[in-house]
Amino acid sequence: MSIAAHLPALQVVVPLLAAPLVVLLRHGGVAFAVVTAAAWAAFATAIGLWLQLGQLDAGGVISYHIGSWPPPWGIEYRVDRLTSFVLLLVSGMAAVVLPYSRVSVLREIPRELHYLYYSMFALCLTGLLGITITGDAFNIFVFLEISSLSSYVLIALGRDRRALTAAFQYLIMGSIGATFIVIGIGFLYLLTGTLNLADMAIRLREVESYRPVLVALAFLTVGISLKLALFPLHQWLPNAYTYAPSAVTAFLAATATKVSVYVLIRFYYTVFGESLVFQKLPLPQIMLWLSLMAMFGASFVAIFKNNLKRLFAYSSVGQIGYITLGLSFDSVNGLTASIVHLFNHGIAKGAIFLLIGGIVASMTTRDAVPPAPTFDRLAGLAKRMPLTCFGIVLAGLSLIGVPGTAGFVTKWYLILAAMERGQWWLVGAIVLSSLLAVAYVWRFVEVAYFHAAPAGSQKNEAPLSMLIPAWLLVIATLWFGLDTSFTVGTAMDAAQELVKIGR
Amino acid sequence: MLEHFSYIVTVFLMVAGLFIIMAHGNLIRKMIGLSIFQTSVYLLYIAPGKLIGGTAPIIAPEYGIYSNPLPHVLILTAIVVGVATLALGLALAVRIREAYGSIEEDEILARDNAIEDAEEMRA
Amino acid sequence: MENNLVLRVVGKLLIPFILLFALYVQFHGDFGPGGGFQAGVIFATGIVFYALIFGLERARQAVPDRLVETMLASGVLIYAGVGVAGMLLGGNYLDYFVLDKNPVIGQHRGIFWVEVGVATTVSGVMLKIFYMFASRSVAGNAHEDPED
Repeated sequence: MSIAAHLPALQVVVPLLAAPLVVLLRHGGVAFAVVTAAAWAAFATAIGLWLQLGQLDAGGVISYHIGSWPPPWGIEYRVDRLTSFVLLLVSGMAAVVLPYSRVSVLREIPRELHYLYYSMFALCLTGLLGITITGDAFNIFVFLEISSLSSYVLIALGRDRRALTAAFQYLIMGSIGATFIVIGIGFLYLLTGTLNLADMAIRLREVESYRPVLVALAFLTVGISLKLALFPLHQWLPNAYTYAPSAVTAFLAATATKVSVYVLIRFYYTVFGESLVFQKLPLPQIMLWLSLMAMFGASFVAIFKNNLKRLFAYSSVGQIGYITLGLSFDSVNGLTASIVHLFNHGIAKGAIFLLIGGIVASMTTRDAVPPAPTFDRLAGLAKRMPLTCFGIVLAGLSLIGVPGTAGFVTKWYLILAAMERGQWWLVGAIVLSSLLAVAYVWRFVEVAYFHAAPAGSQKNEAPLSMLIPAWLLVIATLWFGLDTSFTVGTAMDAAQELVKIGR
Repeated sequence: MLEHFSYIVTVFLMVAGLFIIMAHGNLIRKMIGLSIFQTSVYLLYIAPGKLIGGTAPIIAPEYGIYSNPLPHVLILTAIVVGVATLALGLALAVRIREAYGSIEEDEILARDNAIEDAEEMRA
Repeated sequence: MENNLVLRVVGKLLIPFILLFALYVQFHGDFGPGGGFQAGVIFATGIVFYALIFGLERARQAVPDRLVETMLASGVLIYAGVGVAGMLLGGNYLDYFVLDKNPVIGQHRGIFWVEVGVATTVSGVMLKIFYMFASRSVAGNAHEDPED
């Protein structure tokens, strides 16, 4: 068979092979080269899968049987529109963040740990890609733990000692979440006797009226909500994002919670089916109110944070609210908004955290503990780092949802979905919550552009190897704000497919 | 009552584990709670896989009833995950002990808050 | 514990058999209960036992850190390598059927090498965890906080 037939396996196997290889080589520079090459290969694979999928009819699926055992007995890797879209996001972010992390890691992480950092990064990437591509319920849990365990390690690599407590807190919350997920999968397995998601969906129809189905749904919802930091379950997120090394924050913020949302969509629409989740249970209402609380509560808290990383971490919790809000509408437009926002928020937040990493790097002297990017240290920053500040402002505009940026596209579809259901007050709420985003982005603008710089400061722009990846993402947020054929087109296709399966 | 025995034990372990995680501020105790919580899942999967009178799934003429081997394989994986989580959690606890001189959550929080207050004052 | 004669004698007697038993569990895994996980842990137990009796330093001389790290990485590579071999021989990833002309022998061959990989990684990981924790406690005691 040609290599094209093996792309689904290679998508996961290449980064998986890179991780132990790097540990064998034990050299920071070589590790960087190997893992970056693996991430680029993964990105190329994701593009390849995307193109292959494009040649199939609408609703076509690429199915790969691990070990040549046919599903539902063997593990199946299954790529549909949504899978391919998320694979592109995850591998693309890894391909951008890794070249960036070279300089950032040199300044933030002790030299003897570099190869382990890259190894963990490769494992985290493997896990996230695996969760996305697999069509097997237990496999989701295994890959989830691979990505989670490696991300705890990555967060603990932060130089501040609070990184350790943040990682520990995340470990406890994350493991509870993962265990809830595996309990939910256990109930589904006991009911249906299968672990293949597609097969499970068919067999679940016969036992739909049994109460354990609801138990499974409840455990899965709570478990995945912990992982995706839905509003009251978000406590692990701000500390983890604040104290992790910059490159890690950017990568996790752009991918980890997004993949969890993907898992939620997968279970709701593909396995349980839309009618069970959204029409027989009050789940849409619960999700609507939790999302609104996230959009307002977390964004409001963000305004008062003095540490720039923490501010944008809280903003992430708020932005996740928009994603779950889209889910709660239970319509094609709502689902489209959710799926598009996975991507749009991923690139905008990735860009912001990469640029903040540049600020931290410029303030750090070699081998010293990096100082926190608090507002008092940022006064007049636009004079010293004009490109970095401008990038943060542009990506910030996307968080607000200004027309011409990617964030606007999401809000547009959210508002469409709200109007479809005649909930005009919700339209107002969406616009109003954007004002909170204006407030926290403005705080940065005010300090960076209008406060006087400390005397004797000179231009001190971040190195090009950090600026170029970050600006690639900034340009992407603008590009996908104007040309929505890729993002919205895919999301719309995926949403239609999902709603069709779910009925 | 008796036919649900394994489920009762499972639920007891589940709740006990979660309670320990929430009620105790000591990081090691939290890890113990987490382990107990994860153990309950092992039971949840394994117990229904056993058929009374069933043997291991080895094809032999004298046996007709086999227990389901798949839950065992799944849980073997889950156990490995549990070990990895425990090892990582304890490693973090050791590092926290070295950095803070304590593994009590409230003491650690108090020391962190002191730093954060100082940061806020400067800002 | 280094001066305890009974432990030293019993340990020296037992450790070779523990390691041998690990190999038995490993290679009998095809036909009976056993396999890479168990074998790897038993193998690591032998070394941990040695470290407990003769001290961490001597165990680290016998099984150096570098070797342990190599073990835990190469095991995963062996496992994944079996998968890639299946791919190169014309099957899917982790396809054992194509590893030999006779698919039954192919299955045997595949699971044999996978178990070798698992055992290598598991014993490597167990030893690494033990070494890390054991060496930390020595370092931690040296710089004991005065307040504790």
